[in-house]
Amino acid sequence: MPGTLALYGRYASASVKSQLEYRASFLMHAAGNFLLSGIDFCTLWALFNRFGTIRGWTLAEVALLYGMVNLSFALAEALARGFGTFETLVRHGGFDRMLLRPRSTALQVAGQEVQLMRVGRFFQGGGVLLWAAASLDVRWTAAKVTLTAAAIIGGACLFAGLFVLQATLTFFTTSTLEIVNTVTYGGVETAQYPLSVYRPWFRGFFTFVVPLACVNYLPAHALLERNDPLGSPSWLRWAAPLAGVLFLTVALRIWELGVRHYRSTGS
Amino acid sequence: MKPYLAVVAARFRVHVQYRAAALAGAGTQLFWGLIRVMIFEAFYRSSTAVQPISMAQVASYVWLSQATFAMLPDHVEAEIRDTIRDGNVASELLRPVDIYWVWYCRCLSFTLIPTLMRCFPILLLAGLFFGLKPPPSAAAAAAAGAALLGAMLLSSAITALVSIGLLWTISGEGIARLSFAAAYLFSGMMLPLPLFPDWLRAIAVALPYHGVIDVPFRLYLGHIPPSAAPAALAAQAGWIVALVLAGRLLLKRGLTRLVVQGG
Repeated sequence: MPGTLALYGRYASASVKSQLEYRASFLMHAAGNFLLSGIDFCTLWALFNRFGTIRGWTLAEVALLYGMVNLSFALAEALARGFGTFETLVRHGGFDRMLLRPRSTALQVAGQEVQLMRVGRFFQGGGVLLWAAASLDVRWTAAKVTLTAAAIIGGACLFAGLFVLQATLTFFTTSTLEIVNTVTYGGVETAQYPLSVYRPWFRGFFTFVVPLACVNYLPAHALLERNDPLGSPSWLRWAAPLAGVLFLTVALRIWELGVRHYRSTGS
Repeated sequence: MKPYLAVVAARFRVHVQYRAAALAGAGTQLFWGLIRVMIFEAFYRSSTAVQPISMAQVASYVWLSQATFAMLPDHVEAEIRDTIRDGNVASELLRPVDIYWVWYCRCLSFTLIPTLMRCFPILLLAGLFFGLKPPPSAAAAAAAGAALLGAMLLSSAITALVSIGLLWTISGEGIARLSFAAAYLFSGMMLPLPLFPDWLRAIAVALPYHGVIDVPFRLYLGHIPPSAAPAALAAQAGWIVALVLAGRLLLKRGLTRLVVQGG
């Protein structure tokens, strides 16, 4: 395991170095990433400016949800982006080479590309989270800070798991299915607002199929000490981020099944 | 005229090959539309104040913008970008056609064809199940139709201008990114313009992007009354002319300083 992590570190640093060779281009991409996710928040602010609250949630409370999910997504995008471009790897036969190496395929695919430009969304989401933490009337105990970090990491695992599943589909279809993007990007959009604003079938999907609620909505209730109108028990709010880790574990298992199914395109 | 139409026809044949992608795209837009409508409904239920646009109108606005999502000028034209990067722009210059209009037609087909392929299933489903209402009068429908045509031309003029900017590699790319972000915010794609705070709406109205989404859809809803349609359409046309002229000028300047490496 330590060897594996060290190897991933080597991959990551090689990828980061290559991106920093083109400094102007990197800065531009990062700024663009920052700007686009900033506009998202601008819209959110404008809505609160006009309507005041959404289902009893204030802007600062929603900003907490927003900051957490965007940090999660930025982490997942930066660290597991290799799965997102897996289609090209399969089509050009690059995956064959990886199979020859005596290391886990998931690790090699993930380490292929570490997208540094995602620092844009990371800083934007982080800024919003800090602002929310400062303006909310919450006592930030050590337990709560830990829970926040756990929720962010759990969320990153969840999104990484979705990227892995999307890549796994490539084994069967040789092209990634756009439709999974609906769940990843749509999930980020969804989780920026409290889950209670959505219709029941939609809430069910993002709780039980893709457990986004567990890394965002539920821990936020513990942080804010709010009563959940959907009636979740209190222990669950503290334990829920584990669902993200579990989701990634299952996704990696399915990935291994997929690898066994793999047939090279021959190109 | 003929070579320019040929550009559009050729692109059409390419895009039609990607029917599955278009269908998946339509599915994605439906999903997003649902999320957005649910969020707006929750906001409208949370406030009793009278809003400058009703929830029913917002729902239609959202569905129309989801259906025409491909019209948003949030990209550079990929083929133009590639010819600039790999130097093939030199051989483009040898052809006995006006290069601006060739490029403009590429941008137009990149906007027009995916929009046509995606919008109908979304409009149909949204109309049947998710609260998209028909326009209130024939006059509103006619005005919206004209404005949609203008929106297509305007969006292509913006994409052409931004793509030409790539002749100045690094700064061109930076400006392109700024323009994409502005397109999302100020077109009304993320949030209908009537819901903006006044100062932000003032900025949006001063920029060309609202002619792509906000103007045609508010005409459709009757939120801009048909009597005000001629002025709105004239402003849109003015932007099209201005941006085409700016694009031509920029292209001319870019080509005089163009250096292509041999090999």
